[in-house]
Amino acid sequence: MSRNPQNREQFRPEGHESDHFLLTTVVGSYPKPKWLNRARDRFEDDDHSFGESEWAEATDDASRVITHEHERAGLDTVVDGEMRREEMVEFFAERIDGYEFNGPVKVWGHNYFDKPSVVEGVEYDEPWLVDEFEFVDDVAERPVKVPITGPYTLANWAFNEAYDDDEALAYDLADLVNEEVEKLVEAGARYIQIDEPALATTPDDHAIVGECLERIVSDIDEEVRIGLHVCYGDYSRVYPEVNEFPIDEIDVELANDEYKQIGVFADGNFQPDLALGVVDAHVADVESVEQIKENIQQGLKVVPPEKLTISPDCGLKLLPREAAYAKMENMVQAAREVEAELDAGEIDVPAVEDVAPADD
Amino acid sequence: MTDVVATTPGLYPLPDWAKDDLSNLKGHQKHDLIDGDEDAAVADAYGDVRAEFVADQRDAGLDRIVEGQGRWDDMLAHPLTVHDSVETGGIVRYYDNNNFYRDPRVVGDLHASGDVAAELSAAADLLADGDALQAVLPGPYTLADLASDEHYGDEAEFLDAVGDYLADEVDAFPAHETLFLLEPSYVTNAPDDDLNELASETIDRVAAATDADVVVQTYWEAFEETPYAHLMDADVDAVGFDFVAADRDTNLEYINELGTKADIALGLVDGQNTLVEDAETVAERVGWVHDQIPAQTFDTTYVTPNTETFYLPVNKHQAKLSVLAEAAAIAGDADAAETEVEA
Repeated sequence: MSRNPQNREQFRPEGHESDHFLLTTVVGSYPKPKWLNRARDRFEDDDHSFGESEWAEATDDASRVITHEHERAGLDTVVDGEMRREEMVEFFAERIDGYEFNGPVKVWGHNYFDKPSVVEGVEYDEPWLVDEFEFVDDVAERPVKVPITGPYTLANWAFNEAYDDDEALAYDLADLVNEEVEKLVEAGARYIQIDEPALATTPDDHAIVGECLERIVSDIDEEVRIGLHVCYGDYSRVYPEVNEFPIDEIDVELANDEYKQIGVFADGNFQPDLALGVVDAHVADVESVEQIKENIQQGLKVVPPEKLTISPDCGLKLLPREAAYAKMENMVQAAREVEAELDAGEIDVPAVEDVAPADD
Repeated sequence: MTDVVATTPGLYPLPDWAKDDLSNLKGHQKHDLIDGDEDAAVADAYGDVRAEFVADQRDAGLDRIVEGQGRWDDMLAHPLTVHDSVETGGIVRYYDNNNFYRDPRVVGDLHASGDVAAELSAAADLLADGDALQAVLPGPYTLADLASDEHYGDEAEFLDAVGDYLADEVDAFPAHETLFLLEPSYVTNAPDDDLNELASETIDRVAAATDADVVVQTYWEAFEETPYAHLMDADVDAVGFDFVAADRDTNLEYINELGTKADIALGLVDGQNTLVEDAETVAERVGWVHDQIPAQTFDTTYVTPNTETFYLPVNKHQAKLSVLAEAAAIAGDADAAETEVEA
């Protein structure tokens, strides 16, 4: 069962102009400033005097710049573009006891990934993201969303040397994610997104992901918004099962194939809020405001406006930074225009109109 | 008494220096991948990779030496993705893995290209007296399964053409002791009734192109009964079974019911997990498999990883080469001792 999607109201900005409110957000990652990549090269070069404190200053600066860039685009909730993270599994595996790294492995062509091995029971050591959250929360005027790689993906995108199966490993990791979420909430976080891209490649494991989520949200206040991001897969293989997930919102990538899969969700019984991808994260051409407005209306086939969140398809980190910014800016503009048109009654909401009341 | 032979199905992970050097020389994008016409700097780098692969296998003490297939950017689809009659399409998933290859779209007649023969000759030049060379190719059914046919227009005709093409490639190979035909598709996407006979017949055709011992290696899943029965009609020396990831009871059931070839290949070392097996344990598993097949003794038992090893970081790949060699030696000694006792 979905949790408490009404908790979205806390993110409505003060003085919001429309009665309708389409929550705008991002999935998380964002192109790094070129100077940050140069700084990393120096930091990783043993012959260079660029050390820990210089690197810390550089990442703080980047986090500040990108958080403000998200605010300038007008987003209702912001992320710092994951400036302190290089790769979505490696970052967490480095912080969780029980993982070790042996070297890069091939994904395709000359693209590699430092796939870690789980060599003993995983354990929580130091907080993973609390410092990052506190920094961004301090910098930001807007509420901050915290993306965390989900336990199913952390288990599946690693070599498992220590557990009988990946399911057992995923559950242990889910307990650690729960511990981290508790600490984030204690630090003030109100919007957490669990990223599970691995579910798209092995959709038959949706029940494992569901059980992981049960563990993650255990004892987490219902005012804390919990999202799930799943991208690049056949959604018909995980829906309607996701209706049973204990989440407030599911974030999906649908702009990429021009909403061919929107019908999967439009059965009139969609339970969580829908966070709809409305700009493509892997095409540098910037969608126009008009185009994005049409994309947003695809979401209204599934949910009414009060259950619709607006987001890019996926993390924007592979785009040129200018394109990433322009996409966010147009996305927010489009959402604000759709809100006004909804207020004026100029837009149809098929999700409401197509479902006849039960006593009709 | 069985001769226990330590070997691998090839497709090794590039050494880390080569990952860096070749990414810099070639680039990271789809159009940067191998097309069979690489420049001298790239060819030199692959020459160094090949020499390192051969040295690693010799150091480990393997009984067969493979070229290592460092150039196979598209894994088992490689022989087609470098072919003149093939255009490469989008990036597609490689079986049930987080790995991808370029879709080979066959747009013209397939004829021998000599690409694999050239690599194998280069590897042969690196061998010393007493080293035994092993050739590696995708089996015809697997290669056809990984490709898109936009030329022949008929599934059977296409498979038939891929069989002829691979046989012609093998014909150009330098002398080799063993040929491994890798056939994961034969079990993960088994031929249907219409193709069963032809799938086996094309394997037979490729095998007939060499005097070497031919092993048809399957992995990830167990056989289905009918395709297995048809494969028994192919004149090959051994079938390879995955005893790590596949359902071993099913494979053993067919082996015992329908028999298998005079030799056997056992995928006993996990090619997709960094946990390095204990050589004694692997040797015991060799004995265990022999015990499960009471009606048959084998002239040769090949001990191998279940899959290619490019999934692994280099240090674990190398450690597993040593485990294979050590395990085969222990299993061979144990078998000899048992034979002596029985005698």
